[in-house]
Amino acid sequence: MTDLDIKLKVDASGLSCPLPIVRTAQAMKTVSSGDLVEVIATDPGSVKDFEAWSKSTGNVLVEQDSNGGKFRFVLRRK
Amino acid sequence: MTALAEAPAAQEASDGAVKTRKLVIVDYSGELEKTWATMILASTAGAMEMEVSVFVTFWGLQTFVKDRKRITGENWMQKMMSFMQRPGVSHRPLSKMNFMGMGPWMMFKLAKKYNVSKPKDLLEMAQALGVTFVPCQMTMDMFGLKREDLIDGMAEPAGAATALQLMTDADSTLFI
Repeated sequence: MTDLDIKLKVDASGLSCPLPIVRTAQAMKTVSSGDLVEVIATDPGSVKDFEAWSKSTGNVLVEQDSNGGKFRFVLRRK
Repeated sequence: MTALAEAPAAQEASDGAVKTRKLVIVDYSGELEKTWATMILASTAGAMEMEVSVFVTFWGLQTFVKDRKRITGENWMQKMMSFMQRPGVSHRPLSKMNFMGMGPWMMFKLAKKYNVSKPKDLLEMAQALGVTFVPCQMTMDMFGLKREDLIDGMAEPAGAATALQLMTDADSTLFI
């Protein structure tokens, strides 16, 4: 689908707010600056929340798409 | 698929670094639904890399007594208070529809069904994300609570001046 070099994948499927964000923040701390982390979530609120989180933390939301109730986010650690 | 432009973060300071924002929550009420709100916001703010201080006072301090503690206090009044209202994050009453504990029991059932994290789990996540919980010394004295009655990892007990200093220095303060 993409040729992005994903360092870590976080499956937050089925988790409710604020777990997708909390799990992602925890995962983000385990990778180096510039690394890409991919998150899959099913919480529809996570679309807005990941935008807010990336704005607030400075980690860049590189890609975002949805597919049949699954939301995918690719974030680059600042 | 949407490729997003790498716009600079809204909170970016003039030197290019993202400014660390400060949030203070005064955890006052100790009721289940409000404790839930406190823990959700504290853990999320921690995840958003904010500097978060939760000042824990009055009924709120009951939330931070270890779950396994049943009776706390030194004199009969303090002991009776803890007997009539079981302390601990897992034993919070609802402000409405408590029905002798039936309400909270149903809330936990629903939370499990819909994969919503319990306040206890969110509290642990918040601590792991660096959120500071500051117990109120005056409340500890009045309820006869000792440091060892409270959960591990809390900050040094402090008073109103510390709370006010935190609040006036913060970008946002919530009284829950």
